[in-house]
Amino acid sequence: MLRKLREDRSFQGAVLISPTLLFMIGLLIIPLLLTLVISFGSRAPDGTVIYGFSFDNYVRLSGVRTECDNGKSLCLDPIYIQILSRSLSLAFNTTVLAILMAYPLAYFIARAPARKRNTFLFLILVPMWTNFIIRVYAWMMLLRTQGVINSVIGWLAGLVGLHFTPFEMLYTQGAVLVGMVYEFLPFMILPIYTSLEKIELSLYEASADLGARPFRTFLRMTLPLSIPGVVAGTILVFVPVMGTFIVSDLLGGRQIVLVGNLIQNQFLIARDPTFGSAASLMLMTLTLIVTYFYTRKFGFGEEIVTA
Amino acid sequence: MNEFCVELRDVVKRFPTPEGSEVFAVDHVTMQIKNGEFFSMLGPSGCGKTTSLRMVAGFEWPTVGEVYIEGEAMGRRPPYLRPVNTVFQSYALFPHMSVAENVAYGLEMEKTPKYEIKRRVGEILEMVKLSGMERRKPRQLSGGQQQRVALARALVKHPKVLLLDEPLGALDLKLRKEMQLELKALQQEVGITFVYVTHDQEEALTMSDRIAVMDHGRVLQIGAPVEIYERPNSRFVADFIGETNFLSGEARAIEEDRVTVYIPSLKDELVGAKAAPVNVGDQVVVSMRPEKIRLASDRALPQNCFSGIVLNTAYIGSDTRVIVDLGGAPLAVWEQNKISTLDPEAYYAPGEQVWVVVLPENALVLQDV
Ligand SMILES: Nc1ncnc2c1ncn2[C@@H]1O[C@H](COP(=O)(O)OP(=O)(O)OP(=O)(O)O)[C@@H](O)[C@H]1O
Ligand SMILES: [Mg+2]
Repeated sequence: MLRKLREDRSFQGAVLISPTLLFMIGLLIIPLLLTLVISFGSRAPDGTVIYGFSFDNYVRLSGVRTECDNGKSLCLDPIYIQILSRSLSLAFNTTVLAILMAYPLAYFIARAPARKRNTFLFLILVPMWTNFIIRVYAWMMLLRTQGVINSVIGWLAGLVGLHFTPFEMLYTQGAVLVGMVYEFLPFMILPIYTSLEKIELSLYEASADLGARPFRTFLRMTLPLSIPGVVAGTILVFVPVMGTFIVSDLLGGRQIVLVGNLIQNQFLIARDPTFGSAASLMLMTLTLIVTYFYTRKFGFGEEIVTA
Repeated sequence: MNEFCVELRDVVKRFPTPEGSEVFAVDHVTMQIKNGEFFSMLGPSGCGKTTSLRMVAGFEWPTVGEVYIEGEAMGRRPPYLRPVNTVFQSYALFPHMSVAENVAYGLEMEKTPKYEIKRRVGEILEMVKLSGMERRKPRQLSGGQQQRVALARALVKHPKVLLLDEPLGALDLKLRKEMQLELKALQQEVGITFVYVTHDQEEALTMSDRIAVMDHGRVLQIGAPVEIYERPNSRFVADFIGETNFLSGEARAIEEDRVTVYIPSLKDELVGAKAAPVNVGDQVVVSMRPEKIRLASDRALPQNCFSGIVLNTAYIGSDTRVIVDLGGAPLAVWEQNKISTLDPEAYYAPGEQVWVVVLPENALVLQDV
């Protein structure tokens, strides 16, 4: 056995990945298969699952309705499609905003003196010591009608003698977007920082030496070499934003329903696990498709250097 | 046109250290590099070669003094506005670009027309023998090939001056020798001024028209290879370039360019050539190259002839390297093997009594600093 471990390469590999593999089979593959099975079933009146094989849940998701006009004709109810597209556009906007905010910051840290870099990275991670939900609550405190922001503006307006109607900021798309960007920004900063930090100083010098002004150097050298970090960050931000429900629940209220909220509702409130399962799989497929086409276009990054 | 392509006038570069003090990386350096010259800066690690070169390229600015290129003061002009290009020791090739794109980069920055870029990139790649590798990425090339790309990328811009910082440092010995010859040939072909940094004295001697020997941020001597080797002006230069033996003593008499030195370890006087300003009574060193010392079996000359005992010998083919115990100190002597023979009598052996003979012109008298 030990000897086999020493000599057999593929056995070594199998031993190394087996803990992860067991974990993944037990907690990911099997539950996924269960979800798939359940999604083809239907809901019993008491909220349990009647196993079967029907596409009803998927038809319902697509918005095609048979019960309109007393079941005589088909019609389209786009509510779920709307939820999906809202989730997609929110995830897209969050990712774009995160890139725009993370890139300059990551660049700044990467070009800072080595001693200071660790301090800056540390500062970025500090908020993560607080629980995710608590941080979202903090945003509620800031954004609500009687919240910190409105109070401060109101106080300032009072000083100059103006009348101030508080902004309605909480429970809007904007609030959800701000919350999402805030929560996931570090996941964009860190990979971009890593890829920028790897660029050797002599490459900047070579570029300047060959006649490139700083902005040309950025476009022709820095940006292309940091694409791997942007790609990694995009995946790390886009995928979880598609699935979270806490941020939209707390900052968006009833108004802003995302796929995550839909799924959560089906399991915990509507008590229809079959429809919830179908929606989960739908979300997963959609995320996979988007990520697939995205990485097809931009790669996972490393090809840029190796190809 | 200005006579000097590059000129450093009394340049000082200080860097702050983490301990709060300052280091003089370059200390009052003046150098005048002529048009079309192959000029080397040679010196031990940390002597300020790279810093001097970087000030010409514009990556660093002098603390004091001024760098001139073609007679024009550079001041704080950034690298992208200077008519020089650099070959970096690490090559610094752009990893995401192909060979052709790397070489074209500098021309694109000048807004050279596309067809012209294509022609010039093709030409220069042919010159550095990289035709057919245009589409490879730097990582798909060997060290020597990467080195050529770095060279092509800088040369394609037809700079007034090409700066090279130990460009062969990462190559193995054989490739290094090959590239030395190629580089020299290339320099003569394109006629561009090369400023070359190295800590390898043999490399500097074979390639350069002139060499600046540096130590501790200062220039000790500037001259052609033959001057540097045959007429070093200081103990450091004599020691750093090639091999030599030193005997310490006191200058007793000076007569034109001959100095009589009393050598305490020999309890005898030695007549040498005055290679640096010395006065009677000065503590001096006499530098004698091992290939310029003769061994003899009897006293051949009335003066400059000292008796010693062979300590050991090493036969290396062209030479026999002999270490002689001379007044308690080892002295290296390289005897050329002029006669082809297997007779052991023809070679020196340990324990043998010999006479060491050195002609006055081969014994350079220098200040002992
Ligand atoms: N950016 C810097 N900050 C502080 N000190 C520096 C800096 N660059 C160089 N030095 C110091 O200046 C001195 C000269 O350095 P330089 O790199 O010019 O040496 P060099 O002759 O090129 O040596 P080597 O042959 O090892 O490359 C060294 O003592 C070095 O520590
Ligand atoms: Mg150096």
